Amino acid sequence: MAVELDVFVGNTTIMDEEVYQLWLDGYTVNDAVKVRMEGGVLEECETSADVLLSDTMDQYRTFQMCERLLHSPAKLANQLLFQIPPHRQAILIERYYAFDDAFVREVLGKKLSKGTKKDLDDISAKTTVTLKSCRRQFDNFKRVLKVVEELKGPLVENIRQHFLLSDKLARDYAAIVFFANNRFETGKRKLQYLTFQDFAFCAGQLINNWTVGAVGEPVDHQRSSRVYMDVDLDKEFLQELKELKILITDKDLLDQHKSLVCTALRGKTKAFNEMEANFKNLSRGLVNIAAKLTNTKDVRDFFIDLVEKFIEPCRSDRWTAADMRLYLTHYTNSAHILDTFKHQVVWDRYMGVIKSCIFKMYHD
Amino acid sequence: MPGKLKAKIVAGRHLPVMDRASDLTDAFVEVKFGNTTFKTDVYHKSLNPQWNSEWFKFEVDDEDLQDEPLQITVLDHDTYSANDAIGKVYIDIDPLLCSEAASVISGWFPIYDTIHGIRGEINVLVKVELFNDLNRFRQSSCGVKFFCTTSIPRCYRAAMVHGFVEELVVNEDPEYQWIDRIRTPRASNEARQRLISLMSGELQRKIGLKVLEMGGNAVVGYLQCFDLEGESGLVVRAIGTACTLDKLSSGSAPSTNTHIHPNTAPASNACNSPSKDGKEPVFGEDLPSSSGPPTPFRALPTSSSSPPPFSPSKPCSRQSSSSDTDLSLTPKTGMGSGGSAGKDAGPLKTLLRQQTQTALEQRGASSSGLLLNAREFPFFTLTSFPPGFLVHAGGVVSARSVKLLDRIHNPALGNTRSYKLLDWNSVTADEPETRDAWWEEIRQEIKSHAKALGCHAVVGYSESTSICEEVCILSASGTAAILNPRYMREGCLDIGSTDHRFEEPSPPSCGFCHIPYDELNMPFPAQLTYCYHCRRQKVPDVLFTTIDLPPEAAVTGKGCLIQARLCRLKKKAQGEVNATAISNLLPFMEYELHTQLMNKLKLRSMNALFGLRIQISVGENMLLGLASATGVYLTALPASGGIQIAGKTPGDLSNEHHILTIQKRINDTIAKNKELYQINPPELTEEAVGSPIPEPRQRSRLFRSHSESSDELSELDLSHGKKDAFVLEIDDTDAVEDIHSLLTDTPPPTGFYSCNTEIMPGIYNWTSGVQMFTSVRVFRLSNANLTNQGLNKIFTDLCENLLKSFYFKLRSMIPCCLCHLNVTVAVPEEELIQVAVTAVAMTFDKDQTQEKPAEKVIQKGSGEIEEQLQFPLELCADSSSTSTQQSSKISGVPETSNVSSRAASVDYGSFADRCSTWLELLRLKAHTIRRGSVKTSRRTQSLAHSVSSLERGSPLPEGRSRSLRSNRSFGGSSVTVVKMTPLSFLPGTRIIKYLGIINMFFIRETTSLREEGGVSGFLHSFIAEVFAMVRAHVAALGGNAVVSYSMKECVLMENPNKNQAQCLINVSGDAVICVRETDQEPVSSSTNIGQSCSSGTDGGAT
Repeated sequence: MAVELDVFVGNTTIMDEEVYQLWLDGYTVNDAVKVRMEGGVLEECETSADVLLSDTMDQYRTFQMCERLLHSPAKLANQLLFQIPPHRQAILIERYYAFDDAFVREVLGKKLSKGTKKDLDDISAKTTVTLKSCRRQFDNFKRVLKVVEELKGPLVENIRQHFLLSDKLARDYAAIVFFANNRFETGKRKLQYLTFQDFAFCAGQLINNWTVGAVGEPVDHQRSSRVYMDVDLDKEFLQELKELKILITDKDLLDQHKSLVCTALRGKTKAFNEMEANFKNLSRGLVNIAAKLTNTKDVRDFFIDLVEKFIEPCRSDRWTAADMRLYLTHYTNSAHILDTFKHQVVWDRYMGVIKSCIFKMYHD
Repeated sequence: MPGKLKAKIVAGRHLPVMDRASDLTDAFVEVKFGNTTFKTDVYHKSLNPQWNSEWFKFEVDDEDLQDEPLQITVLDHDTYSANDAIGKVYIDIDPLLCSEAASVISGWFPIYDTIHGIRGEINVLVKVELFNDLNRFRQSSCGVKFFCTTSIPRCYRAAMVHGFVEELVVNEDPEYQWIDRIRTPRASNEARQRLISLMSGELQRKIGLKVLEMGGNAVVGYLQCFDLEGESGLVVRAIGTACTLDKLSSGSAPSTNTHIHPNTAPASNACNSPSKDGKEPVFGEDLPSSSGPPTPFRALPTSSSSPPPFSPSKPCSRQSSSSDTDLSLTPKTGMGSGGSAGKDAGPLKTLLRQQTQTALEQRGASSSGLLLNAREFPFFTLTSFPPGFLVHAGGVVSARSVKLLDRIHNPALGNTRSYKLLDWNSVTADEPETRDAWWEEIRQEIKSHAKALGCHAVVGYSESTSICEEVCILSASGTAAILNPRYMREGCLDIGSTDHRFEEPSPPSCGFCHIPYDELNMPFPAQLTYCYHCRRQKVPDVLFTTIDLPPEAAVTGKGCLIQARLCRLKKKAQGEVNATAISNLLPFMEYELHTQLMNKLKLRSMNALFGLRIQISVGENMLLGLASATGVYLTALPASGGIQIAGKTPGDLSNEHHILTIQKRINDTIAKNKELYQINPPELTEEAVGSPIPEPRQRSRLFRSHSESSDELSELDLSHGKKDAFVLEIDDTDAVEDIHSLLTDTPPPTGFYSCNTEIMPGIYNWTSGVQMFTSVRVFRLSNANLTNQGLNKIFTDLCENLLKSFYFKLRSMIPCCLCHLNVTVAVPEEELIQVAVTAVAMTFDKDQTQEKPAEKVIQKGSGEIEEQLQFPLELCADSSSTSTQQSSKISGVPETSNVSSRAASVDYGSFADRCSTWLELLRLKAHTIRRGSVKTSRRTQSLAHSVSSLERGSPLPEGRSRSLRSNRSFGGSSVTVVKMTPLSFLPGTRIIKYLGIINMFFIRETTSLREEGGVSGFLHSFIAEVFAMVRAHVAALGGNAVVSYSMKECVLMENPNKNQAQCLINVSGDAVICVRETDQEPVSSSTNIGQSCSSGTDGGAT
């Protein structure tokens, strides 16, 4: 004796947010029923386990049928199969595209390829995010990447429009896409202390300042060969960054810069001595990073370089966050006073991002 | 050439990828109507093609316009191989043929493929230009409006109700044609869909013609059904109620007096449908069982009228015998003869006939003569009526008949016949005749049952079939009633002109409960009392009906869904043996279902059932019976006396103890239910003011309190004859099981109510939350060695669990009520039980349940009424309580187990008050009301109820000039929100336009069942697709809601081993435009009523 078929279809599609979350989290029907039972829904609604099972299966089926539509959220709004109120559609989409920070931290900067997909079970074991959920999140990343790769215009806006995501989530996706596209290394042990949100912030900085799109609407008909987009760093800018090398290669300039910074800092911080002692090292570190960015390989190591060449030395000298802020502000501003330094615009564009990235990344 | 159909294909979207190489599609569209086909250009390499075609014009007869659907096929162009079909859209253009409905069809339609489901959408524009046709012999019936709604549609006024219309058309099922062996499943499904679409169109046109002949302009309560008879063919049949409807402009105030005097009616003599002529002799003949060839087998309409106090013992013994003798074999040519033979063969039938005769004689021979000659059936598919329409309701009448489907009747002409079978009558003339005759026979039976109840009409009438292999059970049921002739065309009903009942109108709040039959010649044993409401006329102790609760009825407490469920095993058999077995089982099943209903009703202390629907489904090895109804405590009827358990052997101590425990449980349940449903009958009824009643079994009423100690209970056991309790006798395990099953029904959780009528009696303040749903469950019985009891348990659990899961799923809507809970059962295969439910969950405002209606009356402030209510009250209770005690004998039929002694409550109030209701008062201003003072408050309350429910439940269109809120509710999303409901209205909204009937039939098939998520996944997506297609059609008509939605058919066939499944679904409803009632005007509805009242007053006064 068994229920062979059991369906419930509402004119307005009924979706329980709790069950949706369980489904997204990759629970099997039976596990989901267990979780729900533990939540006390049985007592609350005077019902039986059978009813709960039937409801859960039904909801899972609905979600599976909806999943196809969620892959292109714009369709959800004008499809006819499910009548779902707009606010509910928004919730469905937002939740579907939500991801676990633990998971995303693992794949951030990795190529979103089949190879990575094969490693998902390891990631799943490591992060305790179910494999099913890992796959969904991974596929979401891939899908978003695939769509925006071919689009012109601002990355965040493209993602928001195509996937109808909230601004916050669209920014996170922009970061993921940006990292995946540029293959930034994030998995090294030294970078483990950084959270996804740290990287997302940095990505935002890079996207907003260092990409082609960041300079504003390019005159497309003139250089139609260049695709206008936010996903890649502005090659011209990277080229120009080489010019900054003068700050460390020109001995006079380096000394002048150092004295300007030290004058400004003197007496304002306990770490002044360390700052003064390390100035040349630190400045070399930052300028070298800038100069090397034309190499794809060095772009990938951007974050590790920042940590190794700047953050770690400062940390070992026990700079406080305020010290860091003070130092970088003066370090940046002082360059403007250097008479022989002509690359102010590039310098600002570079240091603006570096500054905010380091501020964000300078924590335990 | 009276019509020009124009279609334009605008665009497509979300098309499937048809070319794997490019991941794109080269789509084009074929537009076909009749035999003309147009094509669009191929739109290359796109999943969102923009065809923007020219207008394709079809010049066609309006007859074809009615029959044919516009067929749109989307294809993928292929240079080298055949073009692949993506899918189809069938558009019924009927709504465009009626000037008052939609004027253009424009919108996105899902492209449907019977194998793949919905594959993208297509944007289409359709228009029709109709030319006036003055041809009197025309075959079309353009302009006749069809409504599924079983009440007068909300923005119309019934000028005249003409009566019953019916028609059926038959064809061979394409699925069973020889060609089906060589064509693809897709082609076969499409052939079937198209044929059914054609047949429905034809059927509707023919019914329309009948309506025109009768002088009507609309069909209300249109009920169309399919009988998939397998190899013997496919029957599409429909019944409805022909009416003349007047459109109310949305601004005008509606009138409560919707009648037109018969004299002003169109003088149409065409009461007799011509198709019926010449069949008369059939029913006049009384042929005994014939010795002709044993086909077709005719079993008789075995079950009979089930008037309210269905005396269990009698029909049981009688019907069992009658079924035996009723089986008669008749020659296939002599249609009807077998039926008439049976009609007079069974003792029960004879009895009924006699009763009919006597009843008629009472009223005068002239009317009886009229009755016999009337060819027309005085049936009405309406379930709710304009105020004053329904005078008395007699009780449920039903008839069933077991038939053998005979393929001999259907010559194998499949290969020669085209689908255009409009003249198939000439080809297979006897085929529809047979089906017609079958139904005619059943209707005749119903008619005679109604007469036996002293009624001249049947309301809430419906017909259904259940088919298993070659056996078919035809069923019809309705409520015998007396209607107010004012609304009727002359000659439609056979009413003795001197009928006293119409001269003394009864108050609407109780009038319909008054017995229509003569108490001296009651058609069945019943306990009559004087009406507890008006104290003037007799009422039965229980009332069963198939209609909705009249909005003006006085009700105590809330109602609830009551279901009786029953399984009966049957030996597998073939042909006649099988049919005999089934018809032998039927009366027992009906009897048991009735007993269950009665017990459950008593258990809830209620005294009336509305919306009763008894379904008996036949399978290969079992019969399923399901009776659903909404129980109510009608204030006018006596209180239920509870249930009393009696042991067969009172001496046995252990047994006695057992009985006491059961009795205690029952009493506890009754007490709990009373609280749950707020049934607190007014104490006034306790005043035993009796008047002698010419009835032998008259007893004083002893209101039993349920806190009685067990001592008293045992006392009751000994003296149960004197009490008014409903006695259940336990003498075997069966009875114990029955009682257990009685007690297993769990009440809905707090905050939930359920009913199968339109709205829940006792709930008035609906809010706008609406969730329509369809749920299907199939249960596989693994064990073949099941007993009846075991099966019953499984079936009951299945139904109960289904309800429980609804309550759970919809818990976020609490407080809410499941309305119009329509449950259908089927036995699709040997060990499968299928239960399908369509219902709507509606939210209501809990806090104001009690107060609000009362407020409304006060606010209504139509001075007239207040004045009336403030009349000096005169207590004219010349109450001489003559309460004679007399013990009732348990009908000593030894073989029947649960004999009931139905002890009626008798406290006859002989109030001489002539309390007419306010409606009547309004008409007859000078009337003085006198009524019992004690009653006043309660009356006001009940008045209040009737007012507020009138506003909601009555078919009266609410029209009043009020600024329409713009269609705010459906902005925002790119897809129009289409609400669906099985009710005739949406709470919180006003229907401003009916756009036409939606009647759709879909087939879905799969050969990859597992991949689609098994049967559940398959059916889930199919139902969702059906909803989507209904919504799309409604939206394209410019509508935003479907009312009176129903799923008439859901046939699922599966073969998991082959990874295949097929499902057929038929749905229907009325597409409407509705606008929100403004929230800012909380009293708007009551002012509305006030307005209509005063307008009614004006009408009456002047």
